Amino acid sequence: MSRDGITMWLTPFLARPIALIGLCVLLAMVIAAAFAPWLAPYDPYAIHPVSRLMPPDAVHWFGTDQFGRDTLSRAIYSARMALLIGAGVVLFALITGIPIGVFSALFPRLGHVLMRMVDVLMAFPSLLLALGLIVILGPSVANSIIAIGAGYMTTTTRIIYGLALRLRAETYVEASRSMGSGTGWLVVKHILPNLISPLLVQASFVFAFAQLGAASLDFLGLGAPPDIPSWGNMLAESRTFITRAPWLLFFPGMMIVLTAFSLNLVGDALRDRLDPRFRDVFSGEG
Amino acid sequence: MWSYALKRAGATLVTLWAASVIIFAFIHLIPGDPIYVLLGDTATPDQIDRLRHELGLDEPIVVQYLQWAGHALRGDLGQSIFFQAPVTRVIADGAETSILLATMTMVWVVLIGVPIGTIAAVRHGTWLDQGLSGVAMFFASVPTFWVGLYLILIFAATLGWLPSSGYPSIFEGGSGNLRYLLLPSLTLAAPNAALILRLTRASMLDVSREDYVRTARAKGIRPWQVVRRHILRNALLTVVSAFGFTFAALMSEAVVTETVFALPGIGRLVVQSILRRDYPVIQGIILVIVVLYLFINLIVDLAYRFLDPRVELQ
Amino acid sequence: MLSVRDLTVSIGSDAAPVDIVSGVSFDIGKGEILGLVGESGCGKSMTSLAVMGLLPQPGPRIRGGRIELVGADVTTLQPWQRVEAGHGRIAMIFQEPMTSLNPVRRIGDQIAEAVRVHDGLSGAAAWTRARELLEQVRIPDAALQLSAYPHQLSGGQRQRIMIAIALACRPQVLIADEPTTALDVTIQIQILGLLRDLCNRLDMSILFITHDMGVIAQLADRVAVMYGGRIVETADVATLFGEPRHHYTRGLMDCMPVRNLGARRLPTIAGQAPRPGTIRTGCVFAPRCVAAQDVCRTATPPRLALGEGHEALCAFPLDAGRPS
Repeated sequence: MSRDGITMWLTPFLARPIALIGLCVLLAMVIAAAFAPWLAPYDPYAIHPVSRLMPPDAVHWFGTDQFGRDTLSRAIYSARMALLIGAGVVLFALITGIPIGVFSALFPRLGHVLMRMVDVLMAFPSLLLALGLIVILGPSVANSIIAIGAGYMTTTTRIIYGLALRLRAETYVEASRSMGSGTGWLVVKHILPNLISPLLVQASFVFAFAQLGAASLDFLGLGAPPDIPSWGNMLAESRTFITRAPWLLFFPGMMIVLTAFSLNLVGDALRDRLDPRFRDVFSGEG
Repeated sequence: MWSYALKRAGATLVTLWAASVIIFAFIHLIPGDPIYVLLGDTATPDQIDRLRHELGLDEPIVVQYLQWAGHALRGDLGQSIFFQAPVTRVIADGAETSILLATMTMVWVVLIGVPIGTIAAVRHGTWLDQGLSGVAMFFASVPTFWVGLYLILIFAATLGWLPSSGYPSIFEGGSGNLRYLLLPSLTLAAPNAALILRLTRASMLDVSREDYVRTARAKGIRPWQVVRRHILRNALLTVVSAFGFTFAALMSEAVVTETVFALPGIGRLVVQSILRRDYPVIQGIILVIVVLYLFINLIVDLAYRFLDPRVELQ
Repeated sequence: MLSVRDLTVSIGSDAAPVDIVSGVSFDIGKGEILGLVGESGCGKSMTSLAVMGLLPQPGPRIRGGRIELVGADVTTLQPWQRVEAGHGRIAMIFQEPMTSLNPVRRIGDQIAEAVRVHDGLSGAAAWTRARELLEQVRIPDAALQLSAYPHQLSGGQRQRIMIAIALACRPQVLIADEPTTALDVTIQIQILGLLRDLCNRLDMSILFITHDMGVIAQLADRVAVMYGGRIVETADVATLFGEPRHHYTRGLMDCMPVRNLGARRLPTIAGQAPRPGTIRTGCVFAPRCVAAQDVCRTATPPRLALGEGHEALCAFPLDAGRPS
């Protein structure tokens, strides 16, 4: 990426220092996930019946759970699950959304039918859609990604469709002049490059929502298998001990909040710097 | 206006039809023969054949759909395997809790989201605005059940002011039982009020840049009147249109919230039915919620157009 | 009625302010129409908003000078504060009649709102007064139009509504910021006629802002020419058109289509209007001026008194009596 390119992406964060903090928190998450075995002080699976439900102290900074497992280590390892789910859901939404959205905008007749089908999927509240899919597919990490992704694939497709329609109208003249070069060229040259920054905004929001969706599935016992460290699983287990061991409730929850909050900050900052023509497709999403 | 309403209602019906096909397909997509799923592994071949015929599963799939849809239109959503009772009855039993919970939540959402969003917009750019917007973003980033568990920890377990779980009907225990729904409704309201707050603030800022707001100021009316009569009123049009979206979010989060507070509502019923493999109930609840959601979207859309006089001519 | 002295409006930080209006002074007498003319971006709209107390916040602010309305200092007061303090009455109409009315409220409500503030009337009495005002601005079927919404009216009618709202404030001074720019020519003539007529009948003063010298010639009693945030020449309308002394004024005149009938190309003033803050020394017009000398680029030009109410901000003014 050229120097100008880097400056362009950094300006939204320089203009708003708090968004820069968000970016740093996300970076910390990535580092935690990548270097979990080195960063975590203990084995996240190691059971120590002697030191069950220990409050935070110098040995166990975040305390221990009902099996004596170190909460800090589990929280660090959970970052892997969080990133996996977030990236998975974003990829799922983009891989399905970009072709459907762009295709529908370019070929209005079939596109109209396709978008009506997307509308039908939007008639299902997201978690309900996810639960239905989990019933069909069975609970697992991969299926969590598909189940949550299905809900955000619809909004993402709608956004891409709206943007592509506008871009098509703008480059219409140019396109008809260069009829010979065809639709593929139009997509590669005019539509996809212009989708990058709005989709980055959408990706941050979807990533944030995916954290909350995955946490809900884990909490209901329908997400990742219970022995896998994830913030949602940790919270689900903490429920029984909330008065005896409130730290089990606090730390994993804070990790989810920190992640989602940072992503929302970053998304907001990027959105505010977006070309005004593209900004209004995000209204109504908060 | 009326022709638009009819057109919009027609589109809703088409969507509903398509959604019903998906919901119908749901049971058939569950791995394994639905009969085994319904009867379990211990069924005899005789039982299986009988049930297959009773349910019409030996008919072509299109006939099966038409039979199912026909029954659904008459209010028959099949039999619950777990309860051995009509699904409609099972859902109706949970409806009181869920409807009251949703209503209380919406009251909180409006009472919290709109006024605080207004204050943030009026004090735009000050530390108060930044603080309120920050709090709103915090609650938009919090898992619903985490808020719920904290409310239980503070107000139920520690202070003992409010019950932490369950809900006895108000028809049996009087309206005092609404206190059982206080913490759940606040839990459910938190992310949605945050959303409405952010939306109110954003659309008020948009409106306040309009030329007609400057005209209103030029008239010499007080700033607060400008806000109330011109900015807030026009901004609320946008906020109203977001209520359909809010309803969907509320339905999703109700599933988790009702589970946290062990409320006998439809949301927890979904989760329990999944664990009990009571598929007809899951199917029935999804259908009911989709119908409700589409209906609410229709109403919100028509209300929006009714409130905006500009649409009349279009 | 209205007296503006050394008005300076700035944007940017307090440490490094950029003046978009600098040292503007003018007076408007009772029943007089002052035309404020200049290209877009010359600061004329900012001047009018500052005078009205409607500068957008956050944004430009008054950094210096004094605005007096019927003898009272109103420099820092917003319209509602002026009403509350009982100072002289001032009202404004804007360039965009299409967006200046609230789309979701009835015409009658929007006029009655101003009536309530300024006449203390309420309910039916306010609506009766609103109807009178609509008749005053010659809207047919006034009673019927009260319950119409803005989108049901044409641009010209909406501008009449805007005038009615302004009149509801019983103004002694009316500011009209390019009120006819967005309208068709025939409607434009009607609105100008209406303003002239109201000015005479109500003995109202008008500050009329425009970029159109033709409109100025029709309507104004006196003219102030604005360029780069400064008033560069002031004179009564006959003097200004007959004997412009500032080179910029002269340039504007030469560009008027009516003076170039039959010409193949309209003359233009070479160059572009300066962006605020780009010219810090000397005369703002020097880079485009045909008569500019070295001194023009280094020294602030003097404000020359050239006759009864005739001033020009120029070191080397055009000769008096030179035919234009």
